[in-house]
Amino acid sequence: MATVPLRDGLILSGVLFALGLVGLLVRRNMIFILMSIEVMLNASGLAFVVAGARWQQPDGQVVFLFILAMAAAEVSVGLALVLELYHQYKSLDVDAASRMKG
Amino acid sequence: MLRLLWLIPAIPFLSALLLAVFGSRFSRMTVAGLGVGSIAGSAVISILTAVAFNGSYTQSLWVWIHVGGFRPEIAFRLDALSLVMTLVVTFVGFLIHLYSAEFMLGDEGYSRFFAYMNLFVACMVTLLLADNLLLLYLGWEGVGLCSYLLIGFWYQDPANGRAGQKAFVVTRVGDTAMAIGLYLIFHSLGTLRIEDVLREAAARWPAGSSYAIAASALLLGGAVGKSAQLPLQTWLPDAMAGPTPTSALIHAATMVTAGVYLIARTHVLFQLAPPVMLAVAIIGAATLLMAGFSALTQDDIKRVLAYSTISQIGYMFLALGVGAWGAAIFHFMTHAFFKALLFLAAGIVIEALHHEHNIFRMGGLRRELPIAFWTFLIGGCALAGLPLVTAGFYSKDLILWSARTSAAGGVELWVAGLAGVVLTSLYTFRLIFLVFFGELRTPVSKRPGWAMRIPVSVLAILAIIGGFIGGSFTRFLATSLPAFPEPAAPGITEAAAGSIAAIAFFLGLAAAWLLYLKHPELSAAMAANATGRALHRFWFADWGMDWLYDRVFVRPLTAITFINRRDAIDSLYNGLARLATLGYRALSWTETGKLRWYAAGIAGGTALFIAIALFL
Amino acid sequence: MMIVFYLAGAVAIISTVMMLTRTNAVHALLYLIVSLLAVAVVFYTLGAPFVAALEVIIYAGAIMVLFVFVVMLLNLGEQVTQTERAWLHSSGWLGPAVLGGVLAAELIYVLVRGIRVDYPQAVVDPRQVGASLFGTYLVGVELASFLLLAGLVAAYHLGWRKAERSENR
Repeated sequence: MATVPLRDGLILSGVLFALGLVGLLVRRNMIFILMSIEVMLNASGLAFVVAGARWQQPDGQVVFLFILAMAAAEVSVGLALVLELYHQYKSLDVDAASRMKG
Repeated sequence: MLRLLWLIPAIPFLSALLLAVFGSRFSRMTVAGLGVGSIAGSAVISILTAVAFNGSYTQSLWVWIHVGGFRPEIAFRLDALSLVMTLVVTFVGFLIHLYSAEFMLGDEGYSRFFAYMNLFVACMVTLLLADNLLLLYLGWEGVGLCSYLLIGFWYQDPANGRAGQKAFVVTRVGDTAMAIGLYLIFHSLGTLRIEDVLREAAARWPAGSSYAIAASALLLGGAVGKSAQLPLQTWLPDAMAGPTPTSALIHAATMVTAGVYLIARTHVLFQLAPPVMLAVAIIGAATLLMAGFSALTQDDIKRVLAYSTISQIGYMFLALGVGAWGAAIFHFMTHAFFKALLFLAAGIVIEALHHEHNIFRMGGLRRELPIAFWTFLIGGCALAGLPLVTAGFYSKDLILWSARTSAAGGVELWVAGLAGVVLTSLYTFRLIFLVFFGELRTPVSKRPGWAMRIPVSVLAILAIIGGFIGGSFTRFLATSLPAFPEPAAPGITEAAAGSIAAIAFFLGLAAAWLLYLKHPELSAAMAANATGRALHRFWFADWGMDWLYDRVFVRPLTAITFINRRDAIDSLYNGLARLATLGYRALSWTETGKLRWYAAGIAGGTALFIAIALFL
Repeated sequence: MMIVFYLAGAVAIISTVMMLTRTNAVHALLYLIVSLLAVAVVFYTLGAPFVAALEVIIYAGAIMVLFVFVVMLLNLGEQVTQTERAWLHSSGWLGPAVLGGVLAAELIYVLVRGIRVDYPQAVVDPRQVGASLFGTYLVGVELASFLLLAGLVAAYHLGWRKAERSENR
């Protein structure tokens, strides 16, 4: 079986991360922002797995598991907050919550 | 006994401090007791040290500054000159303090007054007893401060504050010149201790060297400012805004003679610079004439006496300029007696007429206030120089004789002095005739108590007998000041010169009697015609010097400050503050409160740092 | 195996781009799920079948489903889709695109310049991962469980508040 070059795996991770970042900065809908965060988390987990595959150690996958656990906790709390904000501001516009201005 | 020397300034300092801090809590009696008692203590100690005096004595208290080779001490030096002047200052000061215990009784700033007066005496004595020029300068500045405080004593009236300010600023010009002179002396001679300065200057500076001329000219600048001589005499007439005891003490007997003391003290420097000595004599002669003319036209009793003071100090400067050091100090002593007497008697008159100052509204007080009349008459005669009886005659005569016979002097200075005698006699008797003779214009409301009568009586006695010690006085002073050289071949004898001076006195007396007593309509007519009016206005305004200074100095400065009213330097600092505010506003503009903006900031920063790590 | 990797990678990227540009939230979520599945395939090609399975089960299966539930709960109507379209058409794309591009370029630059390692391919199977989890990383597992508990409590608490308020209304 031909090996997957390390470089290409990391490039894929980097590109996905950058796309997630762009999505975070562009979209104003809070749900989309959370989705972009998920994309970024996923991309960083991919980087770990690639690294773990390079050393043939399970450590990369273990870290990915932790990332997964963290993402789950974060999403649940985050979505609860989104619901709270939606009830407060009656819209999902993240720019509406800008009382810290100035 | 000589070891008590330091108490002479210390007791008044302490008293001033106590009165300043606790004065408002003391009763009038306590304040007066403390204020007068401290000066009495100083006077007693100076008399004791005089008795124990045995040649020059220096008492060093501690080292004030010690930086490199600069080591001035707090040290007091007692020699014939400082002893004489300290005795006069403390004794006359005591009498004036006693007088003001009653004079200022109705004033609510009683303790403040005594605190200032005590501080003044302390600073004056420090000045006189100082062993080095720096300590002298300390006393110099101290008396200037007290003068300012006391002129503006009744600060509720802004005119008094302005008068005090004027005095301070004008003397400051002189003080600055003096400070530069001190720097020059230190730079060239390496010391400020007076004995050492005089010794080193005599050794190192050739006669007529530019150092000597510069140093003595600068010191002369300081003396001119403090002693109200030409061109810095404009402050003294306005200083009469202060209480009468202040005018008596500061602006007649003591502070204004500090310049005379300075020149006498540093006489070696002046002797090394003949052009400057000539300048001193010319300044003295010019001032005595100018002030005499101005005194002739004044209508405020205190202003007449102020111009008279300026004129008499002109005599002292004249004496110093021709090298008659002893004569100058002799005249200082007699002047202290009769000028203080005149001011105190004038104070009695002013108080009695309920603060009336205009002599044309006084009159006929001869019978109403006999003590004021007789003491004022004695003082006036001493001032004008009534022959043989009064002290003023002897001292002024000595000066005139020295001017006539000195190598540097000559006939011109003598004639100027004689003209001064005529003027002095004229304005003095004008004053006496207008105030005490004629009909009563303002009724008398208050008569003086014993605290005011005793000082004027004592001073009157001194004004008479003070002149008899003339010969031994100058001999005593010759132990510390150079004696005036006996003239080789004088043109006229001393007796003849004295008679001519006496004739001048009677000339003035007769003119005053004629114009103001016998035929007052003559003086009124002289004042009414065109030239008379113009001259009157000119001399009344002090030969237009106030107007001149206003145009030359005050207005351009005010114009410049008006142009700079936004203050360029302040704008710099304000600009810095505004810059900070701008920075704050700029940075707070970046806090939009929007989540995506902050995320973009983080991302941008990360990209930047990675780029720096990669490429730099 | 190589071609599968590149294909899956391409799918992941394309579906992420598609996700970012949708106006309808549910559509975007579905694209996201596709992206996650593609990444799972990538994991498999890298020799990590355990996490491939985890990715599908937990990430795509639980987390994304949670997202879908919440979106459905919010019941965003057509009007929101219109607003989204309006927001997407603004000039807001340029800056972030530049930023993301710069970041990606830097990463790629580093990678292209540096690494040229070839390594032997081997599969790290679930047994190894399990042994590691219950051995070396035991504390980490416990901490992860704490985290999940905390998340659970927080989500419950936040949700309970909302419920109480909606009851009062």
